Order: sequence, then C-alpha cells, then structure tokens
Amino acid sequence: MTVRDHAIRYGFIVLLFGLIAYFAVAADGFVSPQSAVFIFQSVAITGVLALGVTATLVVGGFDLSIGSVATSAMMAAAYVMVVLEQNAVVAVVVCLLIGAAVGLINGWLIVYMRVPDLLATLGMMFLLVGLQRIPTEGRSIATGMTMPDGSVANGKFGEAFLALGRHRFDFFVPNLVPVSVVVLIVLALLIWFFLEYTRFGRMMYAVGSNERAAELAGAPVKAYKIWAYVISGVFASIGGILLAARLGRGDIASGNNLLLDAVAAALIGYAVLGAAKPNAFGTAVGAVFVGVLLQGLTMMNAPYYTQDFVKGGVLVVALVFTFALSGRGRR
Amino acid sequence: MGTGAVFRVDGLRKSFGHIEVLGGISLDLHAGEVTVLMGANGAGKSTLVKIVSGVYERGVGMMHLAGEDFAPNTPAEAIRAGVVTVHQNINDGVVADLDVATNLTLDRLTGSGAPTFFNPGRVRREARAVADRMGLAIDLKARVSDLSLADRQMVAIARAMAHRPKVLILDEPTSSLSSAEADRLFQLIDRLREQSVAILYISHRMSDIRRLADRIVSMRDGVVSGVFDNKPLDYEGAVNAMLGRKIHLDRVVARSSARAVFTAEGLRIAQGSKPISMTLGAGEVVAITGLVGVGKTALAETLFGVRRPLAGVMTMDGKPYAPASAGEAIAAGVFLVAKDRATSGIVGGFNIERNISLPFLKRLSGFGIMKRRAERGIARRQIDELAIVCRSERDELSTLSGGNQQKVMVGRWMSQDARLFILDEPFQGVDISARRDIAAKLRASADGRATLLFVTELDEALETADRILVMSEQTIVGEHRNEDVDLERLLAEVAGGPLHSAA
Repeated sequence: MTVRDHAIRYGFIVLLFGLIAYFAVAADGFVSPQSAVFIFQSVAITGVLALGVTATLVVGGFDLSIGSVATSAMMAAAYVMVVLEQNAVVAVVVCLLIGAAVGLINGWLIVYMRVPDLLATLGMMFLLVGLQRIPTEGRSIATGMTMPDGSVANGKFGEAFLALGRHRFDFFVPNLVPVSVVVLIVLALLIWFFLEYTRFGRMMYAVGSNERAAELAGAPVKAYKIWAYVISGVFASIGGILLAARLGRGDIASGNNLLLDAVAAALIGYAVLGAAKPNAFGTAVGAVFVGVLLQGLTMMNAPYYTQDFVKGGVLVVALVFTFALSGRGRR
Repeated sequence: MGTGAVFRVDGLRKSFGHIEVLGGISLDLHAGEVTVLMGANGAGKSTLVKIVSGVYERGVGMMHLAGEDFAPNTPAEAIRAGVVTVHQNINDGVVADLDVATNLTLDRLTGSGAPTFFNPGRVRREARAVADRMGLAIDLKARVSDLSLADRQMVAIARAMAHRPKVLILDEPTSSLSSAEADRLFQLIDRLREQSVAILYISHRMSDIRRLADRIVSMRDGVVSGVFDNKPLDYEGAVNAMLGRKIHLDRVVARSSARAVFTAEGLRIAQGSKPISMTLGAGEVVAITGLVGVGKTALAETLFGVRRPLAGVMTMDGKPYAPASAGEAIAAGVFLVAKDRATSGIVGGFNIERNISLPFLKRLSGFGIMKRRAERGIARRQIDELAIVCRSERDELSTLSGGNQQKVMVGRWMSQDARLFILDEPFQGVDISARRDIAAKLRASADGRATLLFVTELDEALETADRILVMSEQTIVGEHRNEDVDLERLLAEVAGGPLHSAA
C-alpha cells in the first residue's frame, strides 16, 4: 500500500486520536470516565438515528424523515402516557409501531409510487412535523396541561419510562453509563453485524451498488429497499423514545438538529477506514468524532454558536476524504 | 447519382491503449446517396462515428470534406463544417422540457453572435422555416416530452438539418421505432436524399437496409470487410462480410443428447411474433444466433423469469416451469449470465469473492449468517478453474481486464450446479484468449445440464455449440447441427427472408 492508501484508510482514525490527545493536554478534565460518558451521551440519540439512516444509504436511498419520526415518537410517547394514561410498555410499543409504519410508507412511496427517495422522505418529514402538533393544537405535552377541550391531562410519565433517560449502570465507577449509551452501543453492534455478516446485509449492499445485478441474482430488490426504510424508521423511533425519556415531556421545540447531525455522522462514516461507502462502524465513529470535537471545544470555552460551524467543517473534510482521495467514491 | 465523393475517410486508425479499434478504415460518401454501414458489436462502428462527429480525436489517417481537410476537435466544429450526427439515443438529441420550436433552433442560442435576449416570436418563425423545409408536421408549441419517440426522432433530425449539412450520419435511428414510425423516417430520408445530402446510415435491420441502401459497407474487427455498390445489391454478401466466415481449426465435435432437460412449446415473446418451440438436452451446448434486436435477450430473460411470455409453456425435467422472478428461476436451477456485465452483472463495490457468491448467499449462510470460509473456498476454486488473472479473491473487479471480469461473471454462475445454464453474449468485450478459456470450460462442464448461448457473432456459435438455432424477428427460423453446417442457408436465415428473390 502506498502512503496515499494509508492516508485514506487511517487518516480519519488518526485525526480522531490526534484530537483526543490534543484535548487531553489542552482541556482540564477531558480524560475522565465522566467526560467520556458525556461524549457518548451527547451523541447517543443522534447516533441511533444515524445508524438507521445508514441502512437506507446502503441500499442507495436516503431518509430525510428520521428527525421528524424521532420527534413524532417523542410526542406520541408523551401523549400515550400523559393524555391516554397508559404505562411505559404501551408507550414504547406505540413509538416503535409508528417508526415501522412510517418506514413502510416511505418504502412504498419510493418503490411502488416511484417517488425519488429524497422527495418522498422530505414529504414525509413535513407530514410528520405537522401531524405531531395536531392532537394538542401545537402545545407541548406535560402532566397537568390543559387539553383543547378544556380538560386537564393527569397522566404522567411512568417511572420505568423515565428510567430509560435517567438510569445509569455501574461500570467500574458507580452510576456511570446511561441507558441511552448502552442502547447506542447495542444497536451499533447489531446493525454492524447485520450489514457485515448476514446475507441480508450483503444483499442490501448489492442492491445499493447495482440494483439490476442484484435483481438478476435473484434478490427481491423491492423488499430489501422497503426493509431498509423500516429499519431507518424503527431506529428513529427508538431515538425518539430516548429523547422523551431524557426530557420527561413532549417538547414541541426539541429535536430540531437531529436530522442534520445524524446525516452528518453517517456521511462522515464513509471516510472511516477508507470504506467509501455507508457502514455501521464508520457511522458510529463519525458520531463519536463529532461528540469529541464538541465536548473538547466546550471545555475550552468555545461559544455554543460555533458548534454547527465546526460540524460543517468536519463533514466537508470527511467528504473530501471519501470522494476526492479515494477514487472509489464514484458510484 | 454521386459523381465524386463529398466525404472521404482514408486509412483511419484509432487505438485505445493497446487495443486497436480501427485498423485503417477507408470510406467514401456521395451526395444524394444513402450508404449503409453494417457491423457487429465491437466492429468499430461507433468509434468511427465518434471520430467523424468530433467526439474522439482521430489517430492516423485523413478525412476530407468536399476536397478540404476535415479534422474537427469538438462536435460543434464538425457541425459547423457540415457533418451532422444523430446519435442512437434519441433523447440525447432533444431537450425534453422545451417546446418543439425551441428545440429546432436550439443551436442558435449558443455560440458567438447569438442574441442576448430570447425572442419567442423570432424563434417560432425560424423554427417554422426549418420544419417546412423538412416537411415536418408537428405542433411547434408542443413540449418534446409529450411527443412519441418517432416524433422526437424527427425533431432531432430536423434540428440537425437546420444546419444544412452536407453529410448526415444516422446511428441506428430505427432501433426504438415501430414499423409505421420507421416508414415516416424513411420518407424523411428520401427527401434528404433528393436534397443531395450524403447520408451514412448505420443499422442492423435488414428491412431498413433493403428499403434505403444505395451502397452497403460492411465492417468487421475495425476494418472494412466489404463494399457493395453494384445493383442489385448483394445483401447476403454484406451480412456475410459483416459476420465473417473464418471457420476455426479447432472446430468442436458436435454431440447430441438423448435426454431432454428443458422444453418450450408455443412460446411467444413479442406481439405478433411467431411461436418458439425448442428442446434442450442434457450435456448439450446450444447457441442461438441472430442479428441485434431480433429478440435474443428477450428470450433469455423469458427463460430466466425476468419477462413473462405472451403465450406458451415451458418444462424443466418434465415438470411445468413458469418462473415469476429471477429468484424462482435460480431455485429451479436456471442460471443466466446476463448481457452487458457492467450494468447487469458486476456489483462495483464488491470484490471477486462477493461477486461470485451473490446469487447463492442463502446456500452459503446458516441462520442468515454468512459462512465466509465456504464463500472464499468457492471463489478460489472458480479463480483456479477459469484461470482468472488476479492477485487474490479479494481484488476489486475494476482492477481486472474485461476478459477476467467476464470470467468472474461466468464463474459466479458455475459455482453451483445448473440444470439450464444460459449465457447472453458471454463473449462481448472479451479478448480471444479469455473467450477460448470460457468456451472450453463451458464445453468441459456441460455434462448433465443444458447449456444455451445467445451470440450475435457466428464464429462464437460455430466455436462452442453442438447445435445452432437462428433467430429472426422474435422467433426461431432455423436449426443446424454443428457438423458440415450449410453456411449459405444459415446466413440467409440470419439475414431474414428469401434473399435471392429480394435482390
């Protein structure tokens, strides 16, 4: 391998470790279990969404609706518990069903109605952003809120549900690792194993790379595409559950950045290990990379409003890595 | 008719890398004449067209237009000099979202001297003039995307003629037209002929050629293999020159088979075509040959479940066989090495072993999890058996030569046992040694299954098959045992219809 090959393959990982080393020296307290956990926690929800969108990228698609699926799931969880006074299990099941249903509809629009993926999921995004406001006439959902018909909603978030956002597992240090981080790691391992080691994942890559070849190899291409959107929708709804559990209410104004952050993480993932294609490991690294950068800058007192600028810079550099340096970016 | 040549190509050579595509082409075009250029795939027709139309730089050789040197550097230069090309893909010649009038005058919107402001009235006047000269009866306000393919073709040609060219090149213009639509095109061409335009018409369709040709030039392997200009034209000779007749020394020993594996009865693959019936035996290699566009790929896809036949029944090993998808065909043991590996075979992001295992992931996995060791073993065996030149089974396919890529595609489908093994143009874009390897492997492994090849080149059929079927107009018109083949009859069947009486 040439120097260039090495640069393409390990450049981004080296950059990540360089960044960690720099912050370790420059920012006090950056190297600590708490700080590491905080980084993971800050990217957990974004990361879960990013892993989902990776599935659609693998089949050559795209899902712009993930952010709104997550916020819709959050509002649905709050509505189910606060207004309908159901327990945590019902809330979680409803959220997952919403995610799967949206994924199915997205897939149906794209595969059978032939709407281009970006446009179909853009439409779905608007639809969901609007839909989640209708039941409460645009208000956030919290215990004791007044409903449109004048009654008062008396249900509250179940303890079990809130634990998803607040419980921390012991890991060497007591009460260290929050549930959301565990969920992120488990889902990352799952989707990574699925994409790399199962025949379904393999075929999804084939569909994304050459749809006709996959079809002539006997694959039910349409089904694979629809499944990818279902995975994306379900992952986004899991992100929404975690968001609701963290906030403890259905906040109409939260989750604005989820879509862009998640897509950025997945695209940064193209550059990791010179993959030049969507991959679960890269997506996870991409999410952590952004988390490290933001945490470090915050600890060095960089103002919050520079965050998006920094993310944008990382994304552009990663895309140059993918498409310019490794000739494989051409599809 | 034409006295001196308007356009003359002399000793044109062109190479890409080490591969010589044109090996010294000389060609004359005369004013008011239609010269038909025939040639199989890979004969170099499209390279020639691209050089003449200024897309490619010429290598060695000269081109003259009306006695002056002609060396266009860009397509625009060629057009300005008076050589206009209408390419095969109709939609390249028109802008679908604009109306007919704008399309007809599009070239006047660019270049020096073009007005800054767009004047719809003037555009319509100019377009009207162009349309009248061509006898074009199309609503000038219609959007091109609303027109039929034939009308778009007319617009593309009319647009080309707006430059008042001396030479017009039409590259397979009827390939997507119905016969009624083609008739309109022919009338247009007659009109252009009367206007003393020199026309180079590239086609495989014998009916077009009979209708239009004043002269026929046949190309084969980058050289002119025959020029026919004595009336009546020798159509059979032209086909012969295009397909070549160099019979190979290592001819096959034709085998025959007693046991039928696959049968088709009354199979119809296109509206209005005659039904196809055939039986393929175990251990037998059968080649179906015919010109481009006679339905070979459609038949291959029908057998593989990608298309549904309009009528007819098929059986595999005596049981009814009616696949609804490629997946069902594969499950029944029918494998297809599809035509055009780049678009329908190779998965670009995958290495050799993953490309080979693609159709058989289910058999190579347990509980959905890939058995990577087994996968690798199979890939290595195929690399070995087909002598694929590569560093390892993890090489990307883009690093392999065309011949080796094709070997991977063949190896993919030979990695498991087939009942019926179909290969559609397996030797396209494959060098001679890879072609020999693949053919030898096909024959050596043919026992027990039926093997069916679809090839345009007659040589390939004669080299590999026990039996040769000839296709014409979406049906099978002839059958030959590959032993003392009556080439006269075979070529006549390929060319379609009774040739001697047509001449």
